[in-house]
Amino acid sequence: MLTLEWESEGLQTVGIVVIICASLKLLHLLGLIDFSEDSVEDEMEMATVRHRPEALELLEAQSKFTKKELQILYRGFKNECPSGVVNEETFKEIYSQFFPQGDSTTYAHFLFNAFDTDHNGSVSFEDFVMGLSILLRGTVQEKLNWAFNLYDINKDGYITKEEMLDIMKAIYDMMGKCTYPVLKEDAPRQHVETFFQKMDKNKDGVVTIDEFIESCQKDENIMRSMQLFENVI
Amino acid sequence: MAAGVAAWLPFARAAAIGWMPVANCPMPLAPADKNKRQDELIILNVSGRRFQTWRTTLERYPDTLLGSTEKEFFFNEDTKEYFFDRDPEVFRCVLNFYRTGKLHYPRYECISAYDDELAFYGILPEIIGDCCYEEYKDRKRENAERLMDDNDSENNQESLPSLSFRQTMWRAFENPHTSTLALVFYYVTGFFIAVSVITNVVETVPCGTVPGNKELPCGERYAVAFFCLDTACVMIFTVEYLLRLFAAPSRYRFIRSVMSIIDVVAIMPYYIGLVMTNNEDVSGAFVTLRVFRVFRIFKFSRHSQGLRILGYTLKSCASELGFLLFSLTMAIIIFATVMFYAEKGSSASKFTSIPASFWYTIVTMTTLGYGDMVPKTIAGKIFGSICSLSGVLVIALPVPVIVSNFSRIYHQNQRADKRRAQKKARLARIRVAKTGSSNAYLHSKRNGLLNEALELTGSPEDEHLTKTTSLIESQHHHLLHCLEKTTNHEFIDEQMFEQNCMESSMQNYPSTRSPSLSSHPGLTTSCCSRRSKKTTHLPNSNLPATRLRSMQELSTIHIQGSEQPSLTTSRSSLNLKADDGLRPNCKGSQITTAIISIPTPPALTPEGESRPPPSSPGSTTNIPPIGSNIVKVSAL
Repeated sequence: MLTLEWESEGLQTVGIVVIICASLKLLHLLGLIDFSEDSVEDEMEMATVRHRPEALELLEAQSKFTKKELQILYRGFKNECPSGVVNEETFKEIYSQFFPQGDSTTYAHFLFNAFDTDHNGSVSFEDFVMGLSILLRGTVQEKLNWAFNLYDINKDGYITKEEMLDIMKAIYDMMGKCTYPVLKEDAPRQHVETFFQKMDKNKDGVVTIDEFIESCQKDENIMRSMQLFENVI
Repeated sequence: MAAGVAAWLPFARAAAIGWMPVANCPMPLAPADKNKRQDELIILNVSGRRFQTWRTTLERYPDTLLGSTEKEFFFNEDTKEYFFDRDPEVFRCVLNFYRTGKLHYPRYECISAYDDELAFYGILPEIIGDCCYEEYKDRKRENAERLMDDNDSENNQESLPSLSFRQTMWRAFENPHTSTLALVFYYVTGFFIAVSVITNVVETVPCGTVPGNKELPCGERYAVAFFCLDTACVMIFTVEYLLRLFAAPSRYRFIRSVMSIIDVVAIMPYYIGLVMTNNEDVSGAFVTLRVFRVFRIFKFSRHSQGLRILGYTLKSCASELGFLLFSLTMAIIIFATVMFYAEKGSSASKFTSIPASFWYTIVTMTTLGYGDMVPKTIAGKIFGSICSLSGVLVIALPVPVIVSNFSRIYHQNQRADKRRAQKKARLARIRVAKTGSSNAYLHSKRNGLLNEALELTGSPEDEHLTKTTSLIESQHHHLLHCLEKTTNHEFIDEQMFEQNCMESSMQNYPSTRSPSLSSHPGLTTSCCSRRSKKTTHLPNSNLPATRLRSMQELSTIHIQGSEQPSLTTSRSSLNLKADDGLRPNCKGSQITTAIISIPTPPALTPEGESRPPPSSPGSTTNIPPIGSNIVKVSAL
């Protein structure tokens, strides 16, 4: 008898609990009550990220581009990134469009860090223009500087073998799988070894900026290839 | 590579400097940018609306019209812009495609117009962006259905003359409007279906009592009458079924079709009843079979399009119905279980088992609420109310889908019917337009000839008549005239054609040579020479009386080869005309023609120039068939 009573009582309780939960959920759905307070503000943040670049004259003075070239650059930039800044995701996406066969995300990451000089997580048009100005119109010294900056992942002034290995792997990743001859596992490592042999003069396992520049200036091929992209714009 | 990203190519190339120090071998030379033009704005004038864009924007897609050198064909030197005589609204979308790399489909635009524009600009519709692709595909499908419908009904309208008896019968069955007999048959079967269904229903009504016994249903009281009615109906149905079976193009497929199964099921009980005796054992089964007689009502679906649509809808909504069924089953089981356990405690509860609770759950969920089973405990009542609320929701959800499906198919059918009805009007309109233009041509020819003749006869006052035809019209007429010259046949209107046919059958003279005619090859071979017509009769011409009326506008001069003297005179007059007629064909609108077609009998081989029947689509006549020796100088 008691068990029957408990059964029915138990079921009663269950019934009431179910009703209460359902009504709470319904009210929440209707938006009348909110359980978590932070859901509302998320919406606002996205909209405020918008950037307007410096004036054209200022940019012209700071970089080595002419007004027309800046105009062309900005049009392309703004077309792809209407908000005025590139974040890393977009950067990776854009860069991967040029290398469909391989995986260029790692290298794009390094590139992004190299362009994002103020390390705020986004590349604005000024960063973009400054970077391109160095790459396309700078002196060889400046270009080599920039390359060193790219390789030095932690920006401590030294290129270690690990850093170089990462960079090398990223570059080889861009090739993808289908290469001739077939890509071997240790190809990046071997390449790093060659690099260090060439660059590391005092054999201390790291490459400093001076060693780097000096070794590069001695190498004919490198010097010549630095001039390759003069007329890209 | 997306279009916009192409703008980042310089950046990617610049970033390649990062690889340089790492490389061990020399880099290849960069491609020389020979035509390094400054990026220029080009103006695209589309029907007066000017669009401007950079040249490089357009060159992103070099395999389209705007991106290739094909646009140079549209370059206007005077205004230094590219002029396109197309729709500027659609051009907006096209240009946006170049700018953003995404092609959008505007909803308000007609699908075929849009397709035409895309084809013009050399853009494949497959690259329409995801946002608009669904809409585009839907509209395209509707359009294709419409075209298919048109084609189907076109094919149906063709009256194939050589249909076998079997095929005619099948067509009569499928489409009762083809012949009166089919219509009669249609109505007769419909009537008998109704009679049969009504008898089935009335059979069971109790009518009157036999004294001392219980009330008898009508079926047993008037057993003989009902039996006769039933027999008659079944006879008709059997005959119909056998006829359909005979006429069906593919008997196997017919037997398997739903309608034929219904037919069989409808008439089977009767035959089985005939065969079986009044054995007590099987009469139970026999009674069950009688139930199948009610299936005769489905035979009405052949007569009603709405029923067919309903059936088709249910078939096409099978997935929604399945979902409805499944969710209902789930809900029923859940609630039945809960109710059973909730009501277990109460005394004398009707919820004796879970399957017994099914009935309560179904009745509650469908909001029927018979009240034969009600919960008594509080928990039971709570759960019962939740059950009824959820029942409303579960049932209400798939129903709109089914309804909208039905509505869509129904409207589609309505549209098809409307289109078919309008098709006749449409075709009539087209026909009128065509005859209008051909009449205009003939009219202008007559006018031109008239004027020429009048000119010849020296009356200048009607010259202004020729100016009434516009330049376009005159060019059109000139075109038709060239066609006539090409095929050596002429355009005449229907009356003339019929009269010609009548005459050629009437006047079948024995073939005699007409040497005089042969000596004028110029008359027959020079297809570009013109002859002016005379409104005067030739003295010896043998014109039928019916032609006299047409002489005011057209004059057809029949020269019959058998009559030599007439020939000589006519020859002389022909000579005269020939000389006059051999004018250079430079005048624009004045078209005077007199084409002589000599259908020569086979005997007359050397001069015989039998002209092959024209294969040109424009010519409407095939003036007198070969075999009669009539030379007609018909000047129209």
